[in-house]
Amino acid sequence: MSFLAVVRATLAKDLRLEWRSKDAINAMLFFSLLVVVIFSFAFEPTAEESRKIAGGLVWVAFLFAAIVVLNQTWARELRNHVLDAYRMSPASANSLFLAKAFGNFIFVIVLEALMTPLFIAFYRLGAIGPAWELLPIATLGTWALVVNGTFFAAISLRTRSREVMLPLLLFPISVPALLGMVNATTAVLTGEESARFWITLLVAYDVVFTIACLLLFETILEAE
Amino acid sequence: MTYLYAAYIATWVIHGTYLAILVRKYSKIRREMESLKK
Amino acid sequence: MKRGFPILAIVTAVLLSFALYEALIGAPTERSMGDVQRIFYYHVPSAWTAFLLFFVNFGASIAYLVKRRPAADIVALTSAEVGVVFLTVNLVTGPIWARPVWGIWWTWDWRLTSTLVMWLIYVSYLLLRRFSSGGQAPLLAAALGVLGALCVPFVYFSIWFFRTQHPSPVIGGGGSLDPRMAHVLLINWAAFLCLAWLVCWTRYQLEVAKRQVEEAQSLESLLEGSR
Repeated sequence: MSFLAVVRATLAKDLRLEWRSKDAINAMLFFSLLVVVIFSFAFEPTAEESRKIAGGLVWVAFLFAAIVVLNQTWARELRNHVLDAYRMSPASANSLFLAKAFGNFIFVIVLEALMTPLFIAFYRLGAIGPAWELLPIATLGTWALVVNGTFFAAISLRTRSREVMLPLLLFPISVPALLGMVNATTAVLTGEESARFWITLLVAYDVVFTIACLLLFETILEAE
Repeated sequence: MTYLYAAYIATWVIHGTYLAILVRKYSKIRREMESLKK
Repeated sequence: MKRGFPILAIVTAVLLSFALYEALIGAPTERSMGDVQRIFYYHVPSAWTAFLLFFVNFGASIAYLVKRRPAADIVALTSAEVGVVFLTVNLVTGPIWARPVWGIWWTWDWRLTSTLVMWLIYVSYLLLRRFSSGGQAPLLAAALGVLGALCVPFVYFSIWFFRTQHPSPVIGGGGSLDPRMAHVLLINWAAFLCLAWLVCWTRYQLEVAKRQVEEAQSLESLLEGSR
């Protein structure tokens, strides 16, 4: 099977399994609602202040939601010894990685799409700058979290305290991307600055780390 | 002025702590080597 | 320990003492900050040494990924550990310097923030090593070492831009340096480099011995199990 065919097949399998059981989606839905509600207890800003801090708030919430998604990335594979099968099959390790990453990306984007109207309502948000820019920001930012997260989730598999290891590894490395996401979002919401630098930074970050993860994943998978 | 000394002392405390950890690890290895030789 | 070790130890001790004298007494007193500024001579070379060590970690991680030689793995572990120690010194002396001069313990200025993030990255590297069991730890750590090193330029660049947009007090000061101060700075850096080399050498030998013991122990338990 060609590389893309394997990616598509694996991705379709994951999405189908998820759709049938709806394990992760239900947990994530409820989790996102909880996060938004709790944050609204912590901060009660005016509409003016909202725009300044919403960027940070929203992305911290998305980050935590992403961790929930990422932690279960390989859980199913581990339970059914699928990884061993993958190691023996001729399929390229990267096709597995990309399928997992795309799957996680879709889950997190769905979460973001669900949480955003809640945030807008709770914080009376409205963008002063070009709102359409929020789409590439969300895409690039989410991919940055997911590509590294999927990689570190695979690394964490072979450690004690698996669930703790993932955020421990992900957060420091994600700092530049987080800075980019938050500042770009704030720039668009407040309309005070241009988000262009941060978007460019996110693009560069995504390119570098996607390539690096793809180059290193096979090694991680083989690690015994 | 005390800040100046605090900084220099802190530096050596940090280095010293690390070296002390290394010494402790070394004695542990030493002991294990002895028990293996038996 | 090879013969070079005692020589290095003596050189290090001499250099450190001389550098300390120069820093505390020999160097001219800074006009605006006074004697507190002398923290500079420990604060900055610690960071430079840490950067160098993390660069070594990057190289060793790549070397391990390519060749899988245990020596490369041990060099990576050693350089990360000692690098974190030196960076900790930098992060501790920074606030101690900031407090009398700017009245605050911490500020999210460019250098301090970037250094803190770098510290977090390499501490997470050490934690990964601690939490992963034997066989795979070197490979996983090498992968993280590479990713971490790739991240560092992003960290510094992104935080720098953020700070040019939202300025805050700058710790560590910019501006030109009196040549006599630069001289003392370099002497202290040389002393720290020797210290780093000495400590790394020690840590390296320690790790080699530790692995030999572990191997012998597992062999012994294997033999006992088969009896």
